[in-house]
Amino acid sequence: MARIIVVTSGKGGVGKTTTSAAIAMGLAKKGHKTAVIDFDVGLRNLDLILGCERRVVYDFVNVINDEATLNQALIKDKRCNQLYILPASQTRDKDALTKEGVGKVLEELSKTFKYIVCDSPAGIERGANLAMYFADDAFVVTNPEVSSVRDSDRMLGILSSKSKRAELGEEPIKEYLLLSRYDPKRVKLGAMLSVEDVQDILSLHLLGVIPESQSVLSASNAGEPVILDENSDAGQAYVDIVERYLGEDKPHRFIDEEKKGLFGRLFRS
Amino acid sequence: MSLLDYFKTTKPNSAKAAKERLQILIAHERNARNQPSYLPALQQELLKVIQKYIKVDQDAISINFDSDDEQETLELNIILPDHTDS
Repeated sequence: MARIIVVTSGKGGVGKTTTSAAIAMGLAKKGHKTAVIDFDVGLRNLDLILGCERRVVYDFVNVINDEATLNQALIKDKRCNQLYILPASQTRDKDALTKEGVGKVLEELSKTFKYIVCDSPAGIERGANLAMYFADDAFVVTNPEVSSVRDSDRMLGILSSKSKRAELGEEPIKEYLLLSRYDPKRVKLGAMLSVEDVQDILSLHLLGVIPESQSVLSASNAGEPVILDENSDAGQAYVDIVERYLGEDKPHRFIDEEKKGLFGRLFRS
Repeated sequence: MSLLDYFKTTKPNSAKAAKERLQILIAHERNARNQPSYLPALQQELLKVIQKYIKVDQDAISINFDSDDEQETLELNIILPDHTDS
Protein backbone atom coordinates (compact mmCIF):
# COMPACT_ATOMS: atom_id res chain seq x y z
CA MET A 1 0.00 0.00 0.00
CA ALA A 2 1.41 3.35 -1.01
CA ARG A 3 1.65 6.41 1.16
CA ILE A 4 0.00 9.40 -0.52
CA ILE A 5 1.61 12.79 0.12
CA VAL A 6 -0.04 16.03 -0.95
CA VAL A 7 2.14 19.10 -1.40
CA THR A 8 -0.18 22.02 -0.79
CA SER A 9 -0.25 25.66 0.30
CA GLY A 10 -3.35 27.50 -0.81
CA LYS A 11 -1.28 30.40 -2.06
CA GLY A 12 0.53 30.27 -5.39
CA GLY A 13 4.22 30.79 -5.99
CA VAL A 14 5.42 29.53 -2.62
CA GLY A 15 7.29 26.51 -4.01
CA LYS A 16 4.82 23.63 -4.26
CA THR A 17 6.09 22.30 -7.58
CA THR A 18 9.74 22.83 -6.62
CA THR A 19 9.03 20.91 -3.41
CA SER A 20 7.07 18.14 -5.14
CA ALA A 21 9.86 17.58 -7.64
CA ALA A 22 12.54 17.66 -4.94
CA ILE A 23 10.92 15.33 -2.43
CA ALA A 24 9.73 12.89 -5.10
CA MET A 25 13.28 12.69 -6.43
CA GLY A 26 14.62 12.46 -2.86
CA LEU A 27 12.33 9.56 -1.95
CA ALA A 28 13.15 7.78 -5.20
CA LYS A 29 16.87 8.23 -4.64
CA LYS A 30 16.42 6.58 -1.25
CA GLY A 31 15.28 3.53 -3.17
CA HIS A 32 11.53 3.95 -2.78
CA LYS A 33 9.47 3.60 -5.94
CA THR A 34 7.80 6.99 -6.20
CA ALA A 35 5.23 8.55 -8.52
CA VAL A 36 4.69 12.28 -8.67
CA ILE A 37 1.43 13.60 -10.11
CA ASP A 38 0.74 17.10 -11.41
CA PHE A 39 -2.81 18.10 -10.40
CA ASP A 40 -2.59 21.53 -12.02
CA VAL A 41 -4.72 20.70 -15.06
CA GLY A 42 -4.44 23.43 -17.67
CA LEU A 43 -1.29 24.90 -16.13
CA ARG A 44 1.11 21.98 -16.20
CA ASN A 45 4.59 22.75 -14.93
CA LEU A 46 5.93 19.80 -12.98
CA ASP A 47 7.22 18.26 -16.23
CA LEU A 48 9.27 21.39 -16.84
CA ILE A 49 10.76 21.45 -13.35
CA LEU A 50 11.68 17.77 -13.71
CA GLY A 51 13.06 18.30 -17.20
CA CYS A 52 10.81 15.82 -18.99
CA GLU A 53 8.55 18.29 -20.83
CA ARG A 54 9.47 16.91 -24.25
CA ARG A 55 8.63 13.36 -23.27
CA VAL A 56 4.99 13.99 -22.40
CA VAL A 57 2.69 11.99 -24.66
CA TYR A 58 -0.31 11.11 -22.51
CA ASP A 59 -1.41 12.78 -19.32
CA PHE A 60 -3.43 12.37 -16.12
CA VAL A 61 -6.74 13.25 -17.79
CA ASN A 62 -6.11 10.76 -20.62
CA VAL A 63 -5.74 8.05 -18.00
CA ILE A 64 -8.87 9.12 -16.14
CA ASN A 65 -10.84 9.11 -19.40
CA ASP A 66 -9.42 5.71 -20.40
CA GLU A 67 -7.77 7.21 -23.47
CA ALA A 68 -4.42 5.83 -22.32
CA THR A 69 -3.21 3.31 -19.80
CA LEU A 70 -1.35 4.39 -16.71
CA ASN A 71 1.82 2.75 -18.03
CA GLN A 72 1.57 4.71 -21.26
CA ALA A 73 1.22 8.01 -19.42
CA LEU A 74 3.85 7.53 -16.71
CA ILE A 75 7.22 9.00 -17.62
CA LYS A 76 10.21 7.21 -16.16
CA ASP A 77 12.85 9.61 -14.93
CA LYS A 78 16.18 9.34 -16.73
CA ARG A 79 18.28 10.11 -13.64
CA CYS A 80 16.57 7.80 -11.16
CA ASN A 81 14.81 4.62 -12.21
CA GLN A 82 12.59 4.64 -9.11
CA LEU A 83 10.88 7.90 -10.10
CA TYR A 84 7.87 8.22 -12.39
CA ILE A 85 6.01 11.35 -13.41
CA LEU A 86 2.35 11.63 -14.32
CA PRO A 87 1.94 14.98 -16.05
CA ALA A 88 -1.16 17.16 -15.99
CA SER A 89 -3.13 17.87 -19.09
CA GLN A 90 -2.30 21.18 -20.68
CA THR A 91 -5.41 21.65 -22.78
CA ARG A 92 -8.36 20.54 -20.72
CA ASP A 93 -10.06 22.60 -18.11
CA LYS A 94 -9.98 21.81 -14.41
CA ASP A 95 -13.34 20.06 -14.43
CA ALA A 96 -11.75 17.15 -16.28
CA LEU A 97 -10.62 15.75 -12.92
CA THR A 98 -13.24 13.72 -11.08
CA LYS A 99 -13.12 12.20 -7.61
CA GLU A 100 -13.82 8.73 -9.02
CA GLY A 101 -11.19 9.11 -11.74
CA VAL A 102 -8.50 10.36 -9.39
CA GLY A 103 -9.35 7.66 -6.87
CA LYS A 104 -9.07 4.99 -9.54
CA VAL A 105 -5.65 6.19 -10.71
CA LEU A 106 -4.32 6.45 -7.15
CA GLU A 107 -5.59 2.99 -6.34
CA GLU A 108 -3.84 1.53 -9.36
CA LEU A 109 -0.60 3.36 -8.54
CA SER A 110 -0.83 2.17 -4.93
CA LYS A 111 -0.39 -1.41 -6.09
CA THR A 112 3.16 -0.90 -7.30
CA PHE A 113 4.42 2.37 -5.78
CA LYS A 114 5.67 3.09 -2.28
CA TYR A 115 5.06 6.84 -2.34
CA ILE A 116 2.70 8.96 -4.42
CA VAL A 117 3.40 12.68 -4.34
CA CYS A 118 0.47 14.89 -5.39
CA ASP A 119 1.53 18.34 -6.57
CA SER A 120 -1.49 20.52 -5.77
CA PRO A 121 -2.41 23.60 -7.78
CA ALA A 122 -2.83 26.89 -5.93
CA GLY A 123 -6.24 27.89 -4.70
CA ILE A 124 -9.02 25.86 -3.14
CA GLU A 125 -10.78 24.76 -6.31
CA ARG A 126 -11.37 21.28 -7.64
CA GLY A 127 -7.75 20.45 -8.54
CA ALA A 128 -6.50 21.43 -5.09
CA ASN A 129 -9.35 19.63 -3.37
CA LEU A 130 -8.76 16.42 -5.30
CA ALA A 131 -4.99 16.58 -4.75
CA MET A 132 -5.53 16.54 -0.98
CA TYR A 133 -8.68 14.40 -0.81
CA PHE A 134 -6.97 10.98 -0.78
CA ALA A 135 -3.83 12.06 1.10
CA ASP A 136 -2.24 10.34 4.08
CA ASP A 137 0.31 13.09 4.68
CA ALA A 138 0.25 16.78 3.83
CA PHE A 139 3.34 18.87 3.23
CA VAL A 140 2.16 22.43 3.78
CA VAL A 141 4.57 24.72 1.96
CA THR A 142 4.56 28.16 3.54
CA ASN A 143 6.56 31.33 3.02
CA PRO A 144 7.31 33.50 6.07
CA GLU A 145 4.86 36.10 4.85
CA VAL A 146 1.35 37.05 6.03
CA SER A 147 -0.73 36.00 3.03
CA SER A 148 1.01 32.65 2.72
CA VAL A 149 0.59 31.84 6.42
CA ARG A 150 -3.08 32.78 6.31
CA ASP A 151 -3.71 30.65 3.23
CA SER A 152 -1.87 27.73 4.80
CA ASP A 153 -4.16 27.92 7.79
CA ARG A 154 -7.15 27.94 5.48
CA MET A 155 -5.73 24.86 3.77
CA LEU A 156 -5.32 23.14 7.16
CA GLY A 157 -9.01 23.70 7.79
CA ILE A 158 -9.84 22.06 4.47
CA LEU A 159 -7.48 19.13 5.14
CA SER A 160 -9.17 18.44 8.45
CA SER A 161 -12.75 18.72 7.21
CA LYS A 162 -12.94 17.83 3.52
CA SER A 163 -10.46 14.99 3.04
CA LYS A 164 -11.42 11.36 2.63
CA ARG A 165 -9.94 10.59 6.03
CA ALA A 166 -12.06 13.32 7.61
CA GLU A 167 -15.22 12.18 5.82
CA LEU A 168 -14.73 8.56 6.87
CA GLY A 169 -13.78 9.53 10.42
CA GLU A 170 -10.38 7.88 10.06
CA GLU A 171 -7.11 8.99 11.59
CA PRO A 172 -6.54 12.55 10.33
CA ILE A 173 -4.00 13.46 7.64
CA LYS A 174 -0.54 14.01 9.10
CA GLU A 175 0.36 17.63 8.50
CA TYR A 176 3.90 18.92 8.17
CA LEU A 177 5.25 22.44 7.78
CA LEU A 178 7.84 23.20 5.11
CA LEU A 179 8.93 26.79 5.50
CA SER A 180 10.42 27.93 2.22
CA ARG A 181 12.15 31.06 0.94
CA TYR A 182 13.50 31.66 4.42
CA ASP A 183 16.03 34.41 4.91
CA PRO A 184 17.70 34.21 8.36
CA LYS A 185 19.31 37.59 7.81
CA ARG A 186 15.99 39.36 7.41
CA VAL A 187 14.52 37.40 10.32
CA LYS A 188 17.35 38.67 12.49
CA LEU A 189 16.58 42.22 11.39
CA GLY A 190 12.98 41.74 12.41
CA ALA A 191 11.86 42.14 8.83
CA MET A 192 10.61 38.58 8.31
CA LEU A 193 8.50 36.16 10.36
CA SER A 194 10.70 33.60 12.12
CA VAL A 195 10.28 29.82 12.17
CA GLU A 196 8.98 30.13 15.74
CA ASP A 197 6.48 32.81 14.71
CA VAL A 198 5.04 30.65 11.95
CA GLN A 199 4.95 27.58 14.19
CA ASP A 200 3.24 29.57 16.95
CA ILE A 201 0.54 30.57 14.52
CA LEU A 202 0.04 27.32 12.61
CA SER A 203 1.03 24.81 15.35
CA LEU A 204 2.45 22.41 12.78
CA HIS A 205 5.24 19.88 13.01
CA LEU A 206 8.23 21.43 11.24
CA LEU A 207 9.71 19.13 8.63
CA GLY A 208 12.28 21.61 7.45
CA VAL A 209 13.28 25.13 6.50
CA ILE A 210 14.29 25.80 2.90
CA PRO A 211 16.42 28.91 2.63
CA GLU A 212 15.85 31.50 -0.07
CA SER A 213 18.35 30.38 -2.65
CA GLN A 214 19.60 31.22 -6.13
CA SER A 215 19.96 27.52 -6.78
CA VAL A 216 16.18 27.04 -6.98
CA LEU A 217 15.96 29.21 -10.08
CA SER A 218 19.10 27.66 -11.59
CA ALA A 219 17.61 24.22 -11.01
CA SER A 220 14.30 25.06 -12.67
CA ASN A 221 16.15 26.73 -15.54
CA ALA A 222 17.97 23.45 -16.13
CA GLY A 223 15.03 21.12 -15.42
CA GLU A 224 16.97 19.44 -12.64
CA PRO A 225 15.20 19.07 -9.28
CA VAL A 226 17.12 21.26 -6.82
CA ILE A 227 17.65 18.28 -4.49
CA LEU A 228 20.19 16.95 -7.02
CA ASP A 229 22.32 20.05 -6.50
CA GLU A 230 24.24 18.74 -3.52
CA ASN A 231 26.27 21.90 -3.15
CA SER A 232 23.27 24.15 -2.76
CA ASP A 233 21.71 25.02 0.58
CA ALA A 234 18.18 24.51 -0.76
CA GLY A 235 19.17 21.12 -2.17
CA GLN A 236 20.60 20.05 1.18
CA ALA A 237 17.51 21.34 2.95
CA TYR A 238 15.35 19.04 0.82
CA VAL A 239 17.64 16.07 1.47
CA ASP A 240 17.17 16.73 5.20
CA ILE A 241 13.43 17.00 4.74
CA VAL A 242 13.20 13.65 2.96
CA GLU A 243 15.36 11.98 5.62
CA ARG A 244 13.33 13.48 8.47
CA TYR A 245 10.14 12.36 6.79
CA LEU A 246 11.56 8.83 6.56
CA GLY A 247 12.18 8.93 10.30
CA GLU A 248 15.84 9.89 10.50
CA ASP A 249 16.85 12.23 13.27
CA LYS A 250 18.37 15.23 11.53
CA PRO A 251 18.88 18.51 13.41
CA HIS A 252 17.31 21.51 11.71
CA ARG A 253 19.57 23.70 9.63
CA PHE A 254 19.33 26.99 7.73
CA ILE A 255 17.37 28.62 10.56
CA ASP A 256 20.25 30.79 11.71
CA GLU A 257 22.61 32.70 9.52
CA GLU A 258 25.73 31.24 11.16
CA LYS A 259 24.71 27.64 10.73
CA LYS A 260 24.00 28.22 7.08
CA GLY A 261 27.53 29.48 6.62
CA LEU A 262 30.78 28.03 7.83
CA PHE A 263 29.63 26.23 10.95
CA GLY A 264 26.97 24.03 9.39
CA ARG A 265 29.08 23.05 6.42
CA LEU A 266 32.08 22.14 8.52
CA PHE A 267 30.00 19.80 10.62
CA ARG A 268 28.43 18.13 7.63
CA SER A 269 31.60 16.94 6.02
CA MET B 1 23.89 48.97 1.42
CA SER B 2 25.27 47.70 4.72
CA LEU B 3 24.81 51.17 6.17
CA LEU B 4 21.19 51.09 5.06
CA ASP B 5 20.73 47.71 6.72
CA TYR B 6 22.10 49.17 9.92
CA PHE B 7 19.49 51.89 9.94
CA LYS B 8 16.77 49.38 9.20
CA THR B 9 17.40 47.65 12.53
CA THR B 10 16.26 50.77 14.32
CA LYS B 11 12.95 50.72 12.49
CA PRO B 12 9.92 49.21 14.18
CA ASN B 13 9.93 45.46 13.95
CA SER B 14 7.62 44.63 11.06
CA ALA B 15 7.78 40.87 11.65
CA LYS B 16 6.29 41.44 15.10
CA ALA B 17 3.42 43.41 13.59
CA ALA B 18 2.89 40.64 11.04
CA LYS B 19 2.72 38.01 13.76
CA GLU B 20 0.24 39.96 15.85
CA ARG B 21 -2.02 40.66 12.89
CA LEU B 22 -1.92 37.01 11.85
CA GLN B 23 -2.66 35.70 15.32
CA ILE B 24 -5.78 37.84 15.62
CA LEU B 25 -6.95 37.13 12.09
CA ILE B 26 -6.38 33.38 12.21
CA ALA B 27 -8.05 32.99 15.61
CA HIS B 28 -11.06 34.78 14.17
CA GLU B 29 -11.09 32.71 10.97
CA ARG B 30 -10.72 29.41 12.83
CA ASN B 31 -13.64 30.36 15.02
CA ALA B 32 -15.77 31.18 11.98
CA ARG B 33 -14.73 27.91 10.33
CA ASN B 34 -16.06 25.88 13.24
CA GLN B 35 -19.40 27.61 13.25
CA PRO B 36 -22.44 25.80 11.93
CA SER B 37 -23.36 26.90 8.41
CA TYR B 38 -26.91 27.87 9.44
CA LEU B 39 -25.66 30.67 11.67
CA PRO B 40 -25.90 33.64 9.25
CA ALA B 41 -29.42 32.64 8.19
CA LEU B 42 -30.46 32.16 11.80
CA GLN B 43 -29.13 35.60 12.62
CA GLN B 44 -31.13 37.18 9.78
CA GLU B 45 -34.36 35.46 10.75
CA LEU B 46 -33.98 36.31 14.42
CA LEU B 47 -33.38 39.91 13.46
CA LYS B 48 -36.60 39.97 11.44
CA VAL B 49 -38.62 38.58 14.34
CA ILE B 50 -37.16 41.09 16.78
CA GLN B 51 -37.71 43.97 14.35
CA LYS B 52 -41.38 43.08 14.25
CA TYR B 53 -41.69 44.16 17.87
CA ILE B 54 -38.76 46.43 18.57
CA LYS B 55 -37.07 49.03 16.45
CA VAL B 56 -33.49 47.78 16.31
CA ASP B 57 -30.66 48.25 13.82
CA GLN B 58 -29.15 45.58 11.60
CA ASP B 59 -26.11 45.36 13.82
CA ALA B 60 -28.05 45.30 17.08
CA ILE B 61 -27.93 41.54 17.15
CA SER B 62 -24.88 39.35 17.39
CA ILE B 63 -24.61 35.60 17.49
CA ASN B 64 -21.68 33.63 18.82
CA PHE B 65 -21.14 29.95 18.60
CA ASP B 66 -18.62 28.29 20.88
CA SER B 67 -17.80 24.68 21.39
CA ASP B 68 -15.44 22.70 23.55
CA ASP B 69 -15.25 19.03 24.46
CA GLU B 70 -18.01 19.39 27.02
CA GLN B 71 -20.68 21.47 25.37
CA GLU B 72 -21.73 23.79 22.58
CA THR B 73 -22.97 27.26 23.39
CA LEU B 74 -25.04 29.56 21.26
CA GLU B 75 -24.79 33.07 22.56
CA LEU B 76 -27.30 35.64 21.42
CA ASN B 77 -26.83 39.32 22.11
CA ILE B 78 -29.46 41.94 21.36
CA ILE B 79 -28.81 45.56 22.06
CA LEU B 80 -32.11 47.32 22.73
CA PRO B 81 -32.58 50.97 21.89
CA ASP B 82 -32.49 53.48 24.76
CA HIS B 83 -36.22 54.26 24.57
CA THR B 84 -38.79 51.69 23.71
CA ASP B 85 -41.76 54.06 23.48
CA SER B 86 -44.10 53.06 20.68
